[in-house]
Amino acid sequence: MNNIADTIMIFLVLTNLALLGVSRLGTCIRIVALQGAVLGLLPLVSSGGHVEWHLYFFSAVVVGFKGMVFPWLLRRTLKEVKAQREIEPFIGYGTSIALGTAVFVLCMWLSSRLPLPKEPPSMLIVPVAFFTIMSGLFLIISRKKALTQVLGYLVMENGIYTFGAAIVERQPVLVELGILLDVFVAVFVMGIAMFHIHREFDHIDTDQLSRLRT
Amino acid sequence: MTALKLLHPLIALAAAPLLPGVINRTKALFAGRTGQPVLQLYYDLWKLLRKGAVYSRSTTWIFRLGPMIGISVALLALTILPFGGLPAAIRFEGDLILFAYLFGLARFFTIVMALDTGSSFEGMGAAREATFSTLCEPALLIGLAAITKYTGSVSLSQMFSSLRFSDWGQAGPAFILVGSALLIVFLTENSRMPIDDPNTHLELTMIHEVMILDHSGPDLALILYAAALKLWLLGTLLIGIVVPVHSGHPALDVLIAVLCMALLAVLVGIIESSMARIRLLHVPALLIGATTLSVLALVLTAR
Repeated sequence: MNNIADTIMIFLVLTNLALLGVSRLGTCIRIVALQGAVLGLLPLVSSGGHVEWHLYFFSAVVVGFKGMVFPWLLRRTLKEVKAQREIEPFIGYGTSIALGTAVFVLCMWLSSRLPLPKEPPSMLIVPVAFFTIMSGLFLIISRKKALTQVLGYLVMENGIYTFGAAIVERQPVLVELGILLDVFVAVFVMGIAMFHIHREFDHIDTDQLSRLRT
Repeated sequence: MTALKLLHPLIALAAAPLLPGVINRTKALFAGRTGQPVLQLYYDLWKLLRKGAVYSRSTTWIFRLGPMIGISVALLALTILPFGGLPAAIRFEGDLILFAYLFGLARFFTIVMALDTGSSFEGMGAAREATFSTLCEPALLIGLAAITKYTGSVSLSQMFSSLRFSDWGQAGPAFILVGSALLIVFLTENSRMPIDDPNTHLELTMIHEVMILDHSGPDLALILYAAALKLWLLGTLLIGIVVPVHSGHPALDVLIAVLCMALLAVLVGIIESSMARIRLLHVPALLIGATTLSVLALVLTAR
């Protein structure tokens, strides 16, 4: 481990673990924003010296969306639904962190068995990408508030983005921007959906929504 | 050579009570007070040693044995820990496990002697101490295991002497992770601010302080002195790993190490002045977090 890409990967792991252990929704949004912004710098680092102008543009767009627009949308929703913290998650915070660590070790093992088409810029990228996807998934299944689940979705997307950076030599900018636009629309729609759930039921606890039909 | 080996224990014995003084001075500075003298702990120890001890009728020999075990364990740990460029008096393979469990022994006797008084407050403190130190131990041991894995040596002396500043370039993230984990362990083990408040005057909120409420006179002096030595020992471990100075001059190395200890004390003072104590219920999450940092470092170095 010797370059900036490694440091970004470690930072990613730490933000994931922090997300698993934090109960305040505002802090969660801030952590996801930070994670997205740092991830935006990844293509600049992993391209290895030669940086073209469209990479700068792309980086700026990713940092802008993930670091500023998404958090702004989510914080606006948070203000409307008046939920401050995750009250009783299905899996407690201490247990979540411990499980997260175990999953990270598992991901390290998994990626050591995985043949890759080319040498990634950092040996940590593949395990960390797996771990980020896993922790996003974990957030979605273990938390009750709809907002935390949206954050889990964003974290999963971050993981897939990281994986893409490891595997693909150079992604077409058009495809990347298309994905970003999709995510943007998803967050936008989910924000509106959350607002409606809140207006209808006075809370955004998704575990109670399963009883709608009875 | 023998004299050189005894130098670190002598320096530690003489200078350890300075650390709480420096911490208190830093805190006073932040609060805008003059604060107690830096040498306050020396005065306290001298005062306590001249006093007689009072023993409750409900206590047994365990109560009197506790302080002595505490101080002997601290002295033993001093002999296996190198400081700056100074070699440790005793070195053998695996002495870092002895180092970790010497503290375990001291803690066991602190807890037992607190229970021996039969006071419910002390029992409460003992329960907390047992909980937190159980969670602290994996963080310390796994952190040390990460450094062991990196340097390939299971002896504290070898480990310290093989670390270089250039290792920061090679394994910087791992060092930062181990350093943060050890700092949390350092604060917890020495009952410092985010975990325990050394200045508290309410038995309900105390952890370490409540366990020594019934001790007086020379016994209390021994406990306070052992606590200062523990601060020194864990501080030495922390700066030995984070600031691996090898200038070639033994005297310069020692000077730099002493300076780092003073800086560490100032850092603790700053942490104590700028942070509130976290709720007892949230302490385990912090300690699990420290363990996680250690595990991450181990995974990184074991790759």
